[in-house]
Amino acid sequence: MRYLRILGTWVLSVLREMGHMLIFLVHSFSFAFIPPFKFRVLLREIRFIGTRSMTVIFLMGSFTGMVLALQVFYTLRKVGSEAMVGPAVALSLIRELGPVLSALTITGRAGSALTAEIGIMRISEQIDALTAMALNPLRYLIIPKMMAAIIVFPLLTALYDVVGIYGGYFVGVKMLGLSSGTYFSEMKHWVEMKDIIIGTYKSLAFGVLVLWVCCYKGFYTGYGAEGVSKATTEAVVMSSILILVSDYVIGSLFL
Amino acid sequence: MIEIVNLHKSFNGQKVLNGVNLSIPKGELIAIIGESGGGKSVLLKHLIGLLRPDKGSVVVDGEDITKLSRKELDLMREKFGVVFQGGALFDSFTIYENIAFPLREKTRLSEAEIHEKVEESLEDVGLKGIEEKYPAELSGGMKKRVALARALITEPKIVLFDEPTTGLDPIKLHAIHKLIVDTRRKYGFTGVMISHDIPEIYEVADRIAFLFEGMIEVAGTPEEIVHSEDRIVRQFITGSLSGPIKTDHSM
Repeated sequence: MRYLRILGTWVLSVLREMGHMLIFLVHSFSFAFIPPFKFRVLLREIRFIGTRSMTVIFLMGSFTGMVLALQVFYTLRKVGSEAMVGPAVALSLIRELGPVLSALTITGRAGSALTAEIGIMRISEQIDALTAMALNPLRYLIIPKMMAAIIVFPLLTALYDVVGIYGGYFVGVKMLGLSSGTYFSEMKHWVEMKDIIIGTYKSLAFGVLVLWVCCYKGFYTGYGAEGVSKATTEAVVMSSILILVSDYVIGSLFL
Repeated sequence: MIEIVNLHKSFNGQKVLNGVNLSIPKGELIAIIGESGGGKSVLLKHLIGLLRPDKGSVVVDGEDITKLSRKELDLMREKFGVVFQGGALFDSFTIYENIAFPLREKTRLSEAEIHEKVEESLEDVGLKGIEEKYPAELSGGMKKRVALARALITEPKIVLFDEPTTGLDPIKLHAIHKLIVDTRRKYGFTGVMISHDIPEIYEVADRIAFLFEGMIEVAGTPEEIVHSEDRIVRQFITGSLSGPIKTDHSM
């Protein structure tokens, strides 16, 4: 009976937290369509989440493509299908690895920073100061970040894919001796618009999920430095898990 | 006019406010004193609707703010200016942007008019020339003066001060108190100030209310508080370790 009570309490607390998160998301998005719109703040967030993530996305993308090409080449050579390295690299990146790995990268670089920033604003009463000025913090803090994520995640994913494909090209063509024509022509033959659309849907979904979790955790952070640190860790862990779970769900829906 | 009626608030089952009753007439500056962690900031946050009470009401200019909708509450908040304990200045903004922020967001003033008002406000608090600095570059005392400038820039009718002098040396403390007196003379606001500064608070406040165990134990003029026969008040203002107020040392 005691264990049942503990389980029940845990389930209720999880449901309460989920409901709280959902209300936070709906409430935040309700401000996305009500003027005044904060374009300057939006641009600042695009710069923070997007532009400043480009270097790490470039590095991650290029090495992912290089590793993929290397592994796929040696696997396909066993069955005499080296020509398929291009499509294998491109399809893996566009459908799966590009959206997932770029989202995980942005979570680590920008998501954690956003949680910490909002959390510090909460504990230093800056959010209360906004409310006291009759300015809604969701409109000023949260919505510009979420809108920026919706714009930036697909673009960074596209960058990741392109850089990854050229990373694969470098290894496959320049180092392992595949012909350049084969690498790209097979890719054009096998990659369809549908694959690109699936990748884009995924990156959009990951953008909303990551910013939702990171902003929520920061907005309702605990007390003091420990509270902010805990919120940041929870935000990164929860975002990463949600990225992988939703990747599977979206992937299975569009198969 | 602010009327606090039978205000109750608990956090996780712990009672913080236990039936606060207090009336603050228009134009008065009242200081709320009391033990650390005794609910003074919680009480202040109820006055502007940052916290909702479990029971009771806060009536400002005839309207019970605990019953207002979000929109109505925002309208009510425009009457207020708040000086938070640590200043609550926006880290990513310069001092100029911090002070200009309420004007840019809440008024239709031109940039030239905003510039003029910000400069005047910085002059009022004796901080001209720091416009381009960031909050992290300022001392605690300067941050509090900037916070005061930001709170007063929209010329609010009511200003709430949450420990505006905590952590300052005696000279800076007197400077902030003088600033509050001067700006009050200039703008004529009603003020509610949380403070621990005894006896310095006597020179600023018209009235002092002593919050003890979630209720207003005594409220009166500084003269009345100094000569109060209430044992709790006497112990608090003299800082004695023995008496009805339990301290970590005496427990």
